[in-house]
Amino acid sequence: MNKDLILLGHGSGGKLSHQLLDDLIIPTLSGISRAGQNDAAVVEHGGQRLAFTTDSYVVDPIFFPGGNIGGLAVNGTVNDLAMMGARPLFISVGLIIEEGFSRTELAEVLSSMRGAADAAGVRIVTGDTKVVPRGKADRIFINTSGVGAIEHSFAISGAGARTGDKVIVNGTIGDHGIAVMARREGLELETDILSDCAPLNGLVAEILAEAGEAVHVLRDPTRGGVATTLKEIALQSDKIITLHERALPLNGAVKGVCSILGLDPLYVANEGKLLAVVAPEAAERLLARMKRHPLGHGAAIIGEVGDGGGKVQMETAVGGVRAVEMLAGEQLPRIC
Amino acid sequence: MNYQDEFRDRTVVLGFAARIRELVAGRTVPMTFMEVCGTHTMSIYQYGLRSLLPPQVRLISGPGCPVCVTPNGYVDRAVALCRLPGVTVATFGDMVRVPGSSSSLIEERAKGADVRIVYSPLDAVTLAAKNPDRKVVFLGVGFETTAPTIAGSILAAKQQGLTNYFVLAAHKTIPIPMEVLADDPELQVDGYLCPAHVSVVIGAAAYRFLAEERGVPCVVTGFEPVDVMQGVEMLVRQVVEGKPRVEIQYSRVVKREGNRKAQGVIAEVLTPFDAPWRGIGVIPGSGLRIADAYAEFDAEKAIPVEVEETREHAGCLCGEILKGKVSPFDCPLFGGACTPESPVGACMVSSEGTCAAAYKYGQ
Repeated sequence: MNKDLILLGHGSGGKLSHQLLDDLIIPTLSGISRAGQNDAAVVEHGGQRLAFTTDSYVVDPIFFPGGNIGGLAVNGTVNDLAMMGARPLFISVGLIIEEGFSRTELAEVLSSMRGAADAAGVRIVTGDTKVVPRGKADRIFINTSGVGAIEHSFAISGAGARTGDKVIVNGTIGDHGIAVMARREGLELETDILSDCAPLNGLVAEILAEAGEAVHVLRDPTRGGVATTLKEIALQSDKIITLHERALPLNGAVKGVCSILGLDPLYVANEGKLLAVVAPEAAERLLARMKRHPLGHGAAIIGEVGDGGGKVQMETAVGGVRAVEMLAGEQLPRIC
Repeated sequence: MNYQDEFRDRTVVLGFAARIRELVAGRTVPMTFMEVCGTHTMSIYQYGLRSLLPPQVRLISGPGCPVCVTPNGYVDRAVALCRLPGVTVATFGDMVRVPGSSSSLIEERAKGADVRIVYSPLDAVTLAAKNPDRKVVFLGVGFETTAPTIAGSILAAKQQGLTNYFVLAAHKTIPIPMEVLADDPELQVDGYLCPAHVSVVIGAAAYRFLAEERGVPCVVTGFEPVDVMQGVEMLVRQVVEGKPRVEIQYSRVVKREGNRKAQGVIAEVLTPFDAPWRGIGVIPGSGLRIADAYAEFDAEKAIPVEVEETREHAGCLCGEILKGKVSPFDCPLFGGACTPESPVGACMVSSEGTCAAAYKYGQ
């Protein structure tokens, strides 16, 4: 096999992505260790702690049930900042547009970005636009970078999970990935599955107000889904995370599509979900508070942290136990 | 009733586990049942069902993953075809990562080949209709479940007058290899969990010869954990009673006679041939190729291409694993040189392969 080729799987957010980061990108660019990898960097300047992040959006189709690439690009970056416990402040926008793209659609994408920024309370303060010849990009790619202020003294990071902690998710999993996939593949569903694309900074503010230092990890399980994100946390914290299959909130239509296509919702992308790893004494109280928030109605405690090294396991719905690994490449639909 | 949750009911599953334990209590001779469908394999691993069975009941995985039993030579031909100018290869997703002798479709796609993942062969027909200047080759892989849809796609292409749609056929049928494995002196198969979706097409009657002539109990079983546990319980009961027969656990979907219309489409477009199986070799009459009457749709005949010499991967035990003779954990490559992101053998690459299931879900 030719090891020199970059494959689509290298962008899946799963194992191949991690290998590319570990073997090439991080060592070449800066030599930071994996353990320090979070959704955003935390930097200090002039006594102020800031979170700084960047992300590129290449979703296909660009318009999907429940949103479009514009709102996604703002919300995704807002969420990456929020996962560090930061208050998102400023965002930059880089547009790479393919020749021949429609101005009407561009206007719709931009208006969605504006709406998302207003909803999240962030300001779009700088940007750049490039147009490339037809065929050199797929309609429109967007990069957003963001800066947020960290206004508390404790650390929230992927390495923070402690034995006994509870794992909370704020609602149903896999909605975004399945909404996009169903639209992309032209699946005709009786009920439209909507993307969960949303800014999570408001919910995070509530979480921090309620639980403060009891919040050890916050992560948004985007590419690679809940399974891959939890595996990252388990590895960074050197702990074992046990999930309870029966506790996982799952929309019936998402479950159905996953069954039909042979996909595991644990590995499907989310864009309005967070995983909070919190001290056990704060878990129930925090859950109740989250449920009162519009983006936390479906919140549930889905697992707990135990002693052990970098593992995720699941107690299955029928009482068996199995390992949960990272997504290996792309999730591919099966033959039969 | 949503036809899913009821079949994942913990109490019911544990109830079957208890009944199985009662049935084998006091027996020292173990019984070995083989599942011959990748989705059964996945279900058994995914729900951790082996951990619920007593030591006297052993489940082994057979050659039930259509991708896994597809030999290297087929992948090599698909790779050669996708390198030809003007050729688009359309395939079910599982196939793209399967390593051939020196490359895979996903690697060729990264180098610029036009390889598309589709959910149905009819999508490939549509692709051909929309791109009259390209030859669209669909990879016809699978058991009797996919055979009628692929045969149907050829009928649809003919009806639309398309001359640029082709199928590279490597279909397999399952009852004949089940007979081969039942006769294998190294294997002791005490019963078969017969595949669910294959049986929708071919009907439960297709396994009668196994029970009546060879005395092997057969239960056509669904894929949910309740189905699998009930299927195992029915097999245990047959062994204990000493009355081998064909039973249908999956009666909500499968009939004795199967789907006559689907069988008719297969008979019209496809014809049996002596098919090569990865790890097993050629099994007479066990494959389905495109019938001569539809030869213009047969990619192998209609699109000449030079295919590299087939090489097998050293040390790979896929063949033995497909026959249920060794477990994935016995393979020296498992989890080291061979992982889902860098697979050596097909059992690791397909989502339904025994090794992929063992790697993903562990035991």
